[in-house]
Amino acid sequence: MNRINKVFEDKKNEKIMSLFITAGYPDVTETVDLVLGFERNGADIIELGIPFSDPLADGPTIQYSSNIAISKGITIQGIFNMVVDIRKESDIPIVLMGYINPMLRFGLENFFTTAAEAGVDGLIVPDLPLDEGAMIEDLARVNGIQLIYLIAPNTSDERMQLSDQKSDGFVYCVSVTGVTGAREGSEVQQSVDKFIQRSKENITKNPLMVGFGIKNFTDAQNISKEVEGFIVGSALIETIRNSYPKDHWKEEVFTFVHQLKFGYPNT
Amino acid sequence: MSVITKTSYSEPNQKGYFGAYGGKFVPETLIPALNELENAYKKASEDPEFEKEYLYLLREYVGRPTELSFANRLTDHYGKAKIYLKREDLCHTGAHKINNAIGQILLALRMGKKRIIAETGAGQHGVATATACAKFGVECIVYMGEEDMVRQKLNVDRMRLMGAEVRGVSSGSKTLKDATNEAIRDWVTNVEDTFYIIGSVVGPHPYPMMVRNFHRIIGDETKRQLMEMEGRLPDYLIACVGGGSNAMGIFYPFINDDVHIIGIEAGGLGVHSGQTAATLTKGRPGVLHGSMSYLLHDQEGQIELAHSISAGLDYPGIGPEHAYLHDTKRVEYRAVTDAQALEAVSLLSRMEGIIPALETAHAFAWLEELMPTTSSDEIVVLNCSGRGDKDMETISKYL
Repeated sequence: MNRINKVFEDKKNEKIMSLFITAGYPDVTETVDLVLGFERNGADIIELGIPFSDPLADGPTIQYSSNIAISKGITIQGIFNMVVDIRKESDIPIVLMGYINPMLRFGLENFFTTAAEAGVDGLIVPDLPLDEGAMIEDLARVNGIQLIYLIAPNTSDERMQLSDQKSDGFVYCVSVTGVTGAREGSEVQQSVDKFIQRSKENITKNPLMVGFGIKNFTDAQNISKEVEGFIVGSALIETIRNSYPKDHWKEEVFTFVHQLKFGYPNT
Repeated sequence: MSVITKTSYSEPNQKGYFGAYGGKFVPETLIPALNELENAYKKASEDPEFEKEYLYLLREYVGRPTELSFANRLTDHYGKAKIYLKREDLCHTGAHKINNAIGQILLALRMGKKRIIAETGAGQHGVATATACAKFGVECIVYMGEEDMVRQKLNVDRMRLMGAEVRGVSSGSKTLKDATNEAIRDWVTNVEDTFYIIGSVVGPHPYPMMVRNFHRIIGDETKRQLMEMEGRLPDYLIACVGGGSNAMGIFYPFINDDVHIIGIEAGGLGVHSGQTAATLTKGRPGVLHGSMSYLLHDQEGQIELAHSISAGLDYPGIGPEHAYLHDTKRVEYRAVTDAQALEAVSLLSRMEGIIPALETAHAFAWLEELMPTTSSDEIVVLNCSGRGDKDMETISKYL
């Protein structure tokens, strides 16, 4: 069974926590260690971001981390090597998340076969909506990479159903219309309830993961109460940004992760 | 030269593709907005009332039709084919950009959108949008790279004077590419009440088609005017190409005709200098700002910084229809350098008393290459897309 499906199967009684980290941030030498530490502290799925110079769906935090990673010389092959290293020690589901242009330049066929060999489980492409998905759907299927589509509050019922059909692993609910980034809890909560309700009615095949704007345990619990789990990205990167490269910065980050999942710090 | 017959050119297709280029590479949140726009545009373009209003404004407010001027001294200078200039520099606000801004704002109002956003590089599209918004009393926010705000301060002041809010963009290269990213992020966030007026034949479908259609009046007028003056079509058609809106506007009505069409890109310091904006000459296919087209990008697919002395051409992408016309060889694309463009500014100023925009000067610079190959019974039409007042600070440095 695919590692993503297995995690939802194994952890039916808890909220699945997926963490997004920009590969190569805060340094290319830190990513593997961070991912393994996230897993030890409660992460159930890892979304590894492929940095892009022009991330038009992302807010300032992920733009910043992407620029740092690019300036440190991140490459797609380098990211695959990181996945290989993570796989030596861990079976945590790994989803790559990136814009289509770097994948096109790498060569789509090469991208999917190398990803599968490295041990990647899924893929999210924020600038590849259903309308353009045909360019990678067959390659994903043949190589056993699960494609995860995003739905937003303004997505129609019909498109939600189509996203469910075309997705494997889970469907990603973007809780607000907007770019990625941490938001005030109330701003997210008010608009999200109706949307989650509608998503649940239309998404029947896949689990639902909700993301965009979650910054602490309380947000995460509130927003994900009706779905299988939640995704945190910008708030995690902000935490790294505030602590790196102080002494014990990684402990601070891992404490944040542990609190995010369990509501209390690791001991 | 390959000539596409009348029945064969019907780009783009239903999905917004010009051959392999175009499409809708945007976050899911924008898909409903693009579909809404596509439907509204389709309805409007079938409604004679919409056309009437659009043409009325272009006539009474923009000052169309613009003249097709015979450039007698420039013609004598080269001593070969006759040169005609399509005078888009005479449009209100000083460039062709206003045609599209008027078209899109009319559409925005029909759709009930109360908030207009735009991106701008040289500031011409920003000014055109601010102008249209002032004319209709609509809120206007223009994203502009901080680097461009310095290079084009006059246009920043013009926009602000007309009540637009100019938001400086400090990410990335602080130029048009980054202003476009920021405008798209704004649109993703405020998608319900906001209309994004894109300034060139770029972006996701239906923008490349719609912007082209709002500018095709340039080519339609040119055809009619030249028929009246010369009784025939031109042999050559030349325009500068950044994103490519003035070029698509004048080229499109001639696509099915036996006319040699040439688009001139900004070579910057030289096509192979690493400091260039010659996307078709130097780039490769890829996806930026919502569509598949040629792009300047590195081995890792990271977008490279373009360079041109002209802020309006300083863009690492190009409209998808140009990519298609390039691959099918229907249009010939060439590049000229910053230095060649500056020489052309001075030549045209002295010969014709027209100070062209730095963008436009790139098209003029190609006459040096083209004219010796022409003969005196031929006709060249050049799209004089904008005037150079906004560039005087840059130009002054080289006088």
